[in-house]
Amino acid sequence: MLRKIPVMVCAVCGVFMAAQYFIVSGPVSQLYGTVLDWMQIIFVCALLVGILHVITRQIKNISRPGPERWYAMIALFGIALMVVLGFGWGISRGSPFLWVFDHVQAPMQTTVFSLLAFYVASAAYRGFRARHAESAVLVLAALIVLLGRVPVGEIISPYVPQTVSWVLNVPAVAAKRAILIGIGLGMTATAIKVIAGMERTYLGSGGR
Amino acid sequence: MSDIGIWITALATLAIYSFLYRDNPFYKAAEYLLIGLTVGYSLVISVKTVLWPGLVLPLLGGDTAKIIPLVLGGLMFIRLVPKLGGWSRIPLAVYVGAGAGVSIPAMLKARVLQQMGATMSNVTTISGVIMLVGVITTILYFYFSREQKGLLQPVAKIGTYYMMIFFGATFGYTVMSRVSLLIGRMEFLLGDWLRLIAR
Repeated sequence: MLRKIPVMVCAVCGVFMAAQYFIVSGPVSQLYGTVLDWMQIIFVCALLVGILHVITRQIKNISRPGPERWYAMIALFGIALMVVLGFGWGISRGSPFLWVFDHVQAPMQTTVFSLLAFYVASAAYRGFRARHAESAVLVLAALIVLLGRVPVGEIISPYVPQTVSWVLNVPAVAAKRAILIGIGLGMTATAIKVIAGMERTYLGSGGR
Repeated sequence: MSDIGIWITALATLAIYSFLYRDNPFYKAAEYLLIGLTVGYSLVISVKTVLWPGLVLPLLGGDTAKIIPLVLGGLMFIRLVPKLGGWSRIPLAVYVGAGAGVSIPAMLKARVLQQMGATMSNVTTISGVIMLVGVITTILYFYFSREQKGLLQPVAKIGTYYMMIFFGATFGYTVMSRVSLLIGRMEFLLGDWLRLIAR
């Protein structure tokens, strides 16, 4: 029963949400908005389940010997800090919650992303060893973009920024469009399979 | 930014950059702190901006229609009980089914029809023709229903070159964005924190 009911629910929801696009009617639009609200609440509940799982996992790690217990304590401290500040003093501008976000969380996230600059350099070294005509084209496109988007590009020649604009707006967009068309067709086909009950991986191992 | 804020940010930044030397306890501590803060942030934001105004307040106000999302959301939490976990498939089915249904017209319109229309609307110029050739040859590269030989092989090869230009341009942009983030952090450390450079 717990395999058939979800497949039926999925089919009904899928057919309605696809059909509402073609039906201009007040009650249908209202129901569409209601289902979108449901989706938002289900998404948040799924997120909370994941957060609870992270918390229980870290609590289990505390009981284990070794350095992992200290790291688990730090993670739990971070969660507790944000929860206490967020629910205790609110999330409005100037609140301690946003202070921690602005002064600790956001700079740390930016630093992690900037760390990739060093690894992207070594990846570029490996990737830019042009062995084939295709990789030579890749190198050339990357170098043109890098040169054209910094002031030195214009110093070399005023045509460099123009060439970059053309490369980005014509051949690069052509490939991007083709890939987007492929993604669109693929996602549509997958969505139809999900609604028809042919694709049931979202049910987990019990869905087979 | 207050002095204590600058010091906390600077120490957190240095702890993460210490990974460039090797994996070490300072980096690990910063990593776990970031995970904890991000999880706590997501929890507070999702409860305060979605659950509280979208579910709890209407229910307290007597909106009985919100009982359905309450039940669906509650069934998600049953996943935490292994024996009853199968019931959580029902809200998942609503989410996946509705998402799939919404995506069919949206994807066909935005990703297929509009892209095709934009490609074919400008074929009177040289750039427009180059664009049309690029789209067709790249799509043909992904045509796997028959072996790529004969006429299909050189056509698909042209598509490969278009894709290499796209990947190269994307890689160039990625390098630039990461380097500009690095410059931002260095400006913070040398300017705001150590005051060695003017900002």
